[in-house]
Amino acid sequence: MRNAAVGKFWAIFFTAVAVLAVAVCVVAPDYGWWFPGDGRAHSTLGQKIDDLFYLILVIVAVTFIGVNAALGYILWHGASLPSDKKALFSHGSHALEVIWTIVPAGILLFIALYQMDVWAQYRIKNFYPKTMEPVAEVTARQFEWRIRYPARGKKLMPTPQPDDVYTVNDLRVPTGHPVSISLRSDDVQHSFFVPELRVKQDAVPGLVIPVWWEMTDIGSFELVCAELCGWGHYKMKARVVAMSDEDFEAWKSQAAQEQFYDGVSTKDGELVSQSEQE
Amino acid sequence: MSTLTPSIEHGGEHDDHAHGHGHHAEPHSLSLLWALPTFSKDHKVIGLQFLITTLLMLMVGGALALGVRWQLAFPWQRMPILGDMAFAAEGGQIAPETYTMLVTMHASVMIFLVIIPILAGAFGNFLIPLQIGADDMAFPTLNMLSYWFMWPAIACFATSFFFGGGPASGWTSYPLLSALWEAAPGSGMAQNFWLLGLTLVGVSSMMGSVNYMTTIINMRAPGMTLFRMPLTIWSMFITAILQAFALPVLTAAGFMVMADRTLGTCFFIPSGIVVNNAAPTVGGGQPLLWQHLFWFYSHPAVYIMLLPAMGMVSDMMACMCRKPIFGYKPMVYSMAAIAGLGFIVWGHHMFTSGMNPALGMTFMVSTIMIALPSAIKTFNWLGTLWGGRLQFNTVMLNSIAFVSMFVIGGLSGIFMAAVPVDIYIHDTYFIVAHFHYVLFGATLFGVFGAVQFWFPKMFGRMMNETLGKIHFVLTFIGFNCTFFPMHLLGVAGFPRRYADPYHFPYLEHLLPLNQFMTCAAILMGIAQFILLFNFFSSMFIGKKCGRNPWGANGLEWQTPSPPGHGNFDVPPVCYHGPYEYSSPLCHDKDFLPQTEYVPLEQRVAIANATPH
Ligand code: HEM
Ligand SMILES: [Cu+2]
Ligand SMILES: [Cu+2]
Repeated sequence: MRNAAVGKFWAIFFTAVAVLAVAVCVVAPDYGWWFPGDGRAHSTLGQKIDDLFYLILVIVAVTFIGVNAALGYILWHGASLPSDKKALFSHGSHALEVIWTIVPAGILLFIALYQMDVWAQYRIKNFYPKTMEPVAEVTARQFEWRIRYPARGKKLMPTPQPDDVYTVNDLRVPTGHPVSISLRSDDVQHSFFVPELRVKQDAVPGLVIPVWWEMTDIGSFELVCAELCGWGHYKMKARVVAMSDEDFEAWKSQAAQEQFYDGVSTKDGELVSQSEQE
Repeated sequence: MSTLTPSIEHGGEHDDHAHGHGHHAEPHSLSLLWALPTFSKDHKVIGLQFLITTLLMLMVGGALALGVRWQLAFPWQRMPILGDMAFAAEGGQIAPETYTMLVTMHASVMIFLVIIPILAGAFGNFLIPLQIGADDMAFPTLNMLSYWFMWPAIACFATSFFFGGGPASGWTSYPLLSALWEAAPGSGMAQNFWLLGLTLVGVSSMMGSVNYMTTIINMRAPGMTLFRMPLTIWSMFITAILQAFALPVLTAAGFMVMADRTLGTCFFIPSGIVVNNAAPTVGGGQPLLWQHLFWFYSHPAVYIMLLPAMGMVSDMMACMCRKPIFGYKPMVYSMAAIAGLGFIVWGHHMFTSGMNPALGMTFMVSTIMIALPSAIKTFNWLGTLWGGRLQFNTVMLNSIAFVSMFVIGGLSGIFMAAVPVDIYIHDTYFIVAHFHYVLFGATLFGVFGAVQFWFPKMFGRMMNETLGKIHFVLTFIGFNCTFFPMHLLGVAGFPRRYADPYHFPYLEHLLPLNQFMTCAAILMGIAQFILLFNFFSSMFIGKKCGRNPWGANGLEWQTPSPPGHGNFDVPPVCYHGPYEYSSPLCHDKDFLPQTEYVPLEQRVAIANATPH
């Protein structure tokens, strides 16, 4: 019977791994090993992506627990087979094969079809929101993000305009309605990734790719590069700042003013010299 | 030809050693080992050459991985021992370009010099002729060359380390990073050598693939019909087909980047790109083309890195639970389905690449559906275990680990196959978790089992069970502690290939978890020395065993251990499938070798007694 004990030990061993895996996932959010920030997506589509993620998580968790319970039971059972008994002589079961082909096929097909809507809204033009504000052109380069906005009240043009406003590693967008950016790369491939918005799009040399989302909250969210782009790939640290419409417009005016400031200001129509200002 | 079904009159003939072609003296147990440094054309020697080379490369790849892990746990700190040796000039510290090199070379070594050649090269070579009852491969010279082409490949990879700190554009080598010399320190000469090495590995694989297909089609022993082939052979066959159809695309793509780099063509380079103040590119090309070509090979390649292990695990598992494989034909068909579907899913690596979004939909459906044959196989393995007389030895433990880890890897695949979810987790550590669960968790544990299982056939001695179990437990625990948390990192948005993620506030708190993972990885790395020790010492001191120590059915177990030149004492004849364990026909034992003839009346009587 020593053999049976050894076998049961291994049955427990493999089951324990599965139990631990589930347990780790359950406590993960408490340790911050889960979605970043407050755990919620801060864009409308991002929230739908999270819903899909949790749906798949539930299906996968049930499958995982089921399969491992079966495995544990089978191992336990196999370990306790009396030593004078031969193994079951069976080449399989047609009925079982049919069941475990059709049921997973149905579930998998459901998962696949259920994803279509969100993907269509994210990437397919016909399903984009009706109105969408192109806020900026974002150009990735080794190893920073260059951002070009149209002047206040103007539309974003495909080519730079004299009154465009520029920032580096700092993308400002209004909140509460869909916005879009034109994503480009100056050199190698990069990827525009804002974890807390669940937005990711590669910046491909030679292509201009529109990316849209709608902020649900005001705040500052980290922007990172998600495609290996050279030794400084990890350094492309930037942020997306979501502002109210008014703040966004005000910020843009101020940024324009600072950008076009030529070192000479006027006060009540009079020139103010640099030294007097300080 | 080979597929004749023998008539019953031939029954029993094979027992009669007197009229085989002579008695060979049983070969010396180390005969294969002594032949290692020769240009032998014997498939067993070539298999062993591949096995030992790849086991050593496994250690190289592991060392590179520890470099990566060190940096992720203790960024910019002196790395003891390995770092002191390799990066003495930097005071043992890993520079950012070195980090990207480590990531690149770890993957390249593991994929091209370990996993692919250990499955097809080592076990494919060793097992195919033995299991189908042939005296050697169809093209022994080609076979010999396929091994020796590995060395120029290894030399090219090794040389690449000496230019600009080594290639650093990832194992995926996306242009323009890989196409423009100025794009990174490693994009110069190093990248050329990397590409050359890749091409040579491809040449080696292709020679193997042609050989395996021909051998399996033409050289099966009488009675070895297709559906009497062990699943190992099926998996090797399907893998060879995958190689033959997918590999030319990668080779062509490799030549195209090489041409872009050296001849001024612009297959992948658009116009007007300025990298590092170099002159603007002339252009006209499209970087996405590379991704299509690369993944058209590399997705089928991930199955090249898995199917043979699936086959071998099936064989080992049936033997170790003394029970036929559950659903032999569904096992074959699902491998074929995986291979077929495997050709139309490559786009799932490109969901965020900017390719036509309509493609995202089709690739999503095909990718999710590829989980179906994977699920069917898993259920059939469980069915095989069910009701068996389980022998919990090292072989069995590794086989169970294969199934249990494959379940995790397969299930995480579903998250990534769902396009909207993949938008978020693409290029995060979730992906890294996924492919380590399938490639290490499944394939490598399968390989550990296979080494232990077929070692007796190679050397006429057993590997040590206790060491085998210790190695298994340490590796299994180390593996899970290293890689399971990567799923969580991925959900936390932790990007891949970052030399220092912790200067991003949202990742700061993940450092302690990474330190834990690195400790586990070091444990796992050390445990591999147990495997090496067990492997090499058992050749000399392992317990001697006869032809068939496991009581297995396959033809290979009818040969001497190790088999001499020409393998079989007499050309074998095959009378049944390979999984007739515990059959009522077995009489006093619980296995029925494929060569053992059972008279018709007896079979009929038993068949009538057991319902189908
Ligand atoms: C159940 C079936 C599977 C599904 C549904 C699946 C799905 C996927 C998807 C969608 C990706 C791309 C994720 C991304 O980059 O965003 C991926 C990556 C990968 N898969 Fe799988 N997979 C499956 C099984 C396997 C198997 C069996 C292997 C290998 C033995 C494998 C190896 C890989 C590798 C190596 C990568 C990453 C390549 C890289 O980016 O470096 N997968 N898988
Ligand atoms: Cu980058
Ligand atoms: Cu793939």
